[in-house]
Amino acid sequence: MSVKTLTPPAVQLAAKADTRGPARPMPKPGMVTFRINGESKTLSIAPWTTLLDALREYANLTGTKKGCDHGQCGACTVLVNGTRINSCLTLAVMHDDHEITTIEGLANEGGLHPLQTAFINHDAFQCGYCTPGQICSAVGLMNEGQAKTEADVRELMSGNICRCGAYPHIVDAVMEAIKK
Amino acid sequence: MNPFTYARPDSVDKALGELRTNPTAKFIGGGTNLIDLMKENIEHPTRLVDVNRLPLGGISELPDGRLRLGATVTNAETAYNELVKTRYPLLSQTILAGASPQLRNMATNGGNLFQRTRCYYFYDTSMPCNKRQPGSGCAAIGGYNRIHAILGTTSGNADATSPTACIATYPSDMAVALAALEAVVQVTGPNGERSINFADFHRLPGNEPQRDNTLEANEIVKSIDLPAKGFTENHTYLKLRDRSSYAFALVSVAVGLEMAGNTITDARIALGGVAHKPWRKPEAEQLLVGKAATPENFQLAADNLLAGAIGYGHNTFKIDLAKRAIVRALGEATN
Amino acid sequence: MTYIGQPVKRVDGYDKVTGKAKYAAEFNVPGLTYGYVVSGTIAKGKITRIDSSRALAVPGVIQVFTHENRPHTAWFDINYKDLDAPPGSPFRPLHDAQIKYSGQPVALVVAETFEVARYAASLVVVEYNEEAHETSLEANLDEARDPKSGMADLLKPKPPKPRGHADKALAAAPVSVQTHHVHGPQHHNPMEMFGTTVVYDGEQKKGKPHFTIYDKTQGAPSSQLYVKQIFGFSSDQVRVISPYVGGGFGSGLRPQYQLFLAVMAAKELKRSVRVTLTRQQMFTFGHRPETVQDVALGASADGTITALKHRAVGATSQFEDYTEVVVNWSGMLYDVPDTTLEYQITPLDLYSPLDMRAPGGVTGDHAIETAMDALAYELKMDPVELRLKNYSEKDWTVGDKPYSSKELRECFRQGAERFGWENRNPEPRATKRGNVLVGWGMATGIWDANTLPARAEAVLTVNGKLRVSSATADIGTGTYTIMTQIAADTLGMPIDDVIFKLGDTDMPLAPFQGGSFTAATIGSAVKQVCTDLGKKLFKLAQKSKGSPFYDADYDEVRFADGHMRLKKDPSVTMPLIDMVALNGGRSVSETSTSIVNPLKTSNYSRHTHSAAFVEVEVDEDLGTVTVTRAVSAIAAGRILNPRTARSQIIGGMVWGISSALQEDSKMDHRYGRFMNHNLAEYHVPVNADIHDLDVIFVEEHDEIVNPLGVKGLGEIGLVAMPAAIANAVWHATGKRIYDLPITLDRVLY
Repeated sequence: MSVKTLTPPAVQLAAKADTRGPARPMPKPGMVTFRINGESKTLSIAPWTTLLDALREYANLTGTKKGCDHGQCGACTVLVNGTRINSCLTLAVMHDDHEITTIEGLANEGGLHPLQTAFINHDAFQCGYCTPGQICSAVGLMNEGQAKTEADVRELMSGNICRCGAYPHIVDAVMEAIKK
Repeated sequence: MNPFTYARPDSVDKALGELRTNPTAKFIGGGTNLIDLMKENIEHPTRLVDVNRLPLGGISELPDGRLRLGATVTNAETAYNELVKTRYPLLSQTILAGASPQLRNMATNGGNLFQRTRCYYFYDTSMPCNKRQPGSGCAAIGGYNRIHAILGTTSGNADATSPTACIATYPSDMAVALAALEAVVQVTGPNGERSINFADFHRLPGNEPQRDNTLEANEIVKSIDLPAKGFTENHTYLKLRDRSSYAFALVSVAVGLEMAGNTITDARIALGGVAHKPWRKPEAEQLLVGKAATPENFQLAADNLLAGAIGYGHNTFKIDLAKRAIVRALGEATN
Repeated sequence: MTYIGQPVKRVDGYDKVTGKAKYAAEFNVPGLTYGYVVSGTIAKGKITRIDSSRALAVPGVIQVFTHENRPHTAWFDINYKDLDAPPGSPFRPLHDAQIKYSGQPVALVVAETFEVARYAASLVVVEYNEEAHETSLEANLDEARDPKSGMADLLKPKPPKPRGHADKALAAAPVSVQTHHVHGPQHHNPMEMFGTTVVYDGEQKKGKPHFTIYDKTQGAPSSQLYVKQIFGFSSDQVRVISPYVGGGFGSGLRPQYQLFLAVMAAKELKRSVRVTLTRQQMFTFGHRPETVQDVALGASADGTITALKHRAVGATSQFEDYTEVVVNWSGMLYDVPDTTLEYQITPLDLYSPLDMRAPGGVTGDHAIETAMDALAYELKMDPVELRLKNYSEKDWTVGDKPYSSKELRECFRQGAERFGWENRNPEPRATKRGNVLVGWGMATGIWDANTLPARAEAVLTVNGKLRVSSATADIGTGTYTIMTQIAADTLGMPIDDVIFKLGDTDMPLAPFQGGSFTAATIGSAVKQVCTDLGKKLFKLAQKSKGSPFYDADYDEVRFADGHMRLKKDPSVTMPLIDMVALNGGRSVSETSTSIVNPLKTSNYSRHTHSAAFVEVEVDEDLGTVTVTRAVSAIAAGRILNPRTARSQIIGGMVWGISSALQEDSKMDHRYGRFMNHNLAEYHVPVNADIHDLDVIFVEEHDEIVNPLGVKGLGEIGLVAMPAAIANAVWHATGKRIYDLPITLDRVLY
């Protein structure tokens, strides 16, 4: 095949392989204590462990999902002191003494959280992978109290990508929970 | 992500001390950009100094009518703050146009100022990038540059192989409103406190594209102070992007006007998504002062503002799009 | 029927809303190690040096695998062929120093923790000798050639030979249109990133190691076969399990390289290994290929189409001939005497493309259906009228076969009525709402309705419950739920007493989930095996002592309410749980294979159809397009569950909006590398992009396709949407935009 694309001069300047010098010493794990879903939990983790990885790989709470690991999808949404955040972009060590609520902590003896029930009733998911993040996000949204209309919900649920495209049903489910 | 140690000082002095003793230490606020960049192997701090529990919170009115936004206050708290909503609705609207609710709940006002560019080539460590690796060239020039700058780049730097070329943009929404509001950044450091006018806080790439702003080493942002004038009546933030939400701006416009009847008596226009810093041009704003709020006058200001803009191929449409956005935003602000 | 056709709630809903549903990278075992992939940075060339020494020096790093030290694997290409491999020579991870595409995996770091592996991966130094590459389809259209033939042709037939003289007819046509379409590549980007957890179970039978593999796949059997062939395992050494899949859309039709790497490492290290790709690495395997299409239509003044030409060229890799059905649909939709349909491929220095939701269908449909819209305007005909005028009663592309069912006319009628199409002003730019232009557009959609052979097992458990299983997948489609419904109805059991299991190679063999054929395929197998189990239960009951069914034939009984009853005297009854006792207290099981009768089906063209009606608002000053509402009328045979069915169609419509307005993998051809390889810059819709979406299921009876009359819904919701949106944008603005996606700059300039 003929060569039609020429390598630009910039390629010659291409980023050299890593120039950061020798490997650095490993960070020492330390004990971090937070309350996860109402229970005090102490984990031995190093500073470079994100809250998301701490939950999934260290606390075996895999309900919180990793959809991009860069704050671009919302699958990792959890509640910290009642506020929804992306757990992939924060370090576990930054949250000692904080109250973390994950999808595993929403239901109680009385049964499912109203949003969980609404998601089932409205078929507000398909593959289910974004669902824990959607539900935690919706709990956060209700705590914030800013969403009144469907348009508000659409905008304020836009930090949670659903590749299956369940958005209309997610809006229905959240609206039902808001109205209750 | 490389290994690092972690500290959470409880005073500003201790925090500054951490950076003084370790030049490769970095402050972490919300972490929404820094941790992302660390995962991408773009930032390599050896120590993270958590500023979230420093006494830099709170939103308070100052005696002279200014409003002080604490550095560690989150974007969401700021946007929904009653004082901000009533006195600086432009800022509130602008913050809410950025990122997602989760990210706004994490990102701090101080940290927002340090967001780094979204340039694809900056983010891909296999690519040449003068901002990430000074002297390696700018792959965005001649490459896929839809989201890149049209203002504040120099034609002399249009050569991809130039060791200083950079057409990156600064991606913050909030900062566009802060530029329009002429906020002042209060910082402190080894040489004491100083105030930086917002227009001087971020910089153009010039010969040091690796530097995004004018903060000195070992300085810390304490607060962002808003002057009394809030343009509560006539303002708007218009953001154009490739989807309706949770996307960075192709072009955004923050407009604040003061009006007497249909006559404009003061005008601020700041652009986002088009340059290495929030873009203002006082000359263009002055064209509106004393003029009637008409589409023709808006167009004159827009043309003046974009005069000298340079397109790099995929982003050339942004020159005209920015003008359209300015005209529309001025129209909305005067309605 | 008690459950089929009812809006039963998803049986896996509870697990999904509580976080209990486990996906491939979520099976945690003691001693688990973590693999992190190092990706190549050039598009073509050779690795001249890999230095792993700094990575290996990091405490916690167990091994760094590269092409230089990887363990021996199978030699022949055939061993690397998965069940969905196109003709060619499949990509082999870490095979040699050759770089075939940018982002190719070049090393795997395995460490005791994820963080250590990630860090060490950044310390691996790779040096290359670059060669010139070709990644641009548009620059290489003259290299297009016919694809090689292979197994893929069975489900992806090549275009029919031309009939008549399309060029002549076109020249003679009083009215004609010609269109040219360029579609960029797209990536599936399911929310769950590809990951595999390989559990090393130690040495078992005869000292052979055993592995339990949790893989993200649309077909566990395909993953198992792939691993067996490459690593020389026997079936009893590897079990692949995949109970939940966080979205597929085609990306899981082939085993991806993390499976190979994880198994290789686990086998070599005798440790359990998890390898998860990053979102950036999700852009380093299959994608919807870039395509370039040309359509020409000629018509007489009354709207009869007299000439049809549709040509498409798609990109493929240098190592496999990936193909799609792009142009055949035009011939199926419009029975035009003078027709030429052509499809070719151009090999480029990319990874092989991979079927992505409605592969080829949505691509070709956008071209033909926007051309039809342009033709309608030229003819001053309503777009629906034009389609009715040229409605095909038979499918000439497969030899003039009738459609097994085709309620497309009803789709037009009901869709138009729901949408209010009769109020459309045919002139473009005629409708304003505030300061935005409003446009209405429509398009027809078509997709396959295949039913493949499959196996399933049904067990009446000792507790009197029914457990049915098949090694298929549920990527979010609702398979768990509809199979439970079918099983419950077939054996007349309360749905709560029925459980359906899938995604495990210990279960009976099933094809992967894809092509919209799972409901029909697995549904047929489930119905078959439950029927067969019923016969077995009948025999058990009949031969029992003093049986009330002693004189009865199987045809004379029916199953209902957990009982078997005599049809003529329902008081003669036996609870199913009693059959367990009759079987000596043991469960009763049956395994069956379902194969649709080819003599019956092969005489027909079997397809689903749709009509999409879309309203857009276009801000002409700023170029922004909003799909404010859309109606999809779907003819897809029997709807097993209107609740999950609606979700699938809505999802397809969202994909249509995404494809029409947002999705585009942007490559920098200087580097042969996708640059917007993340979810911030590769745009898919967020909640705020989606407004009023409405779905109509048109009643359609089809006795031909399969005994259930089911046609499948995975793709048909998407197919017509991009064309309908593009047509609506034209109606709003008067501007034809034939390329996708329709971003604001394309509207403005």
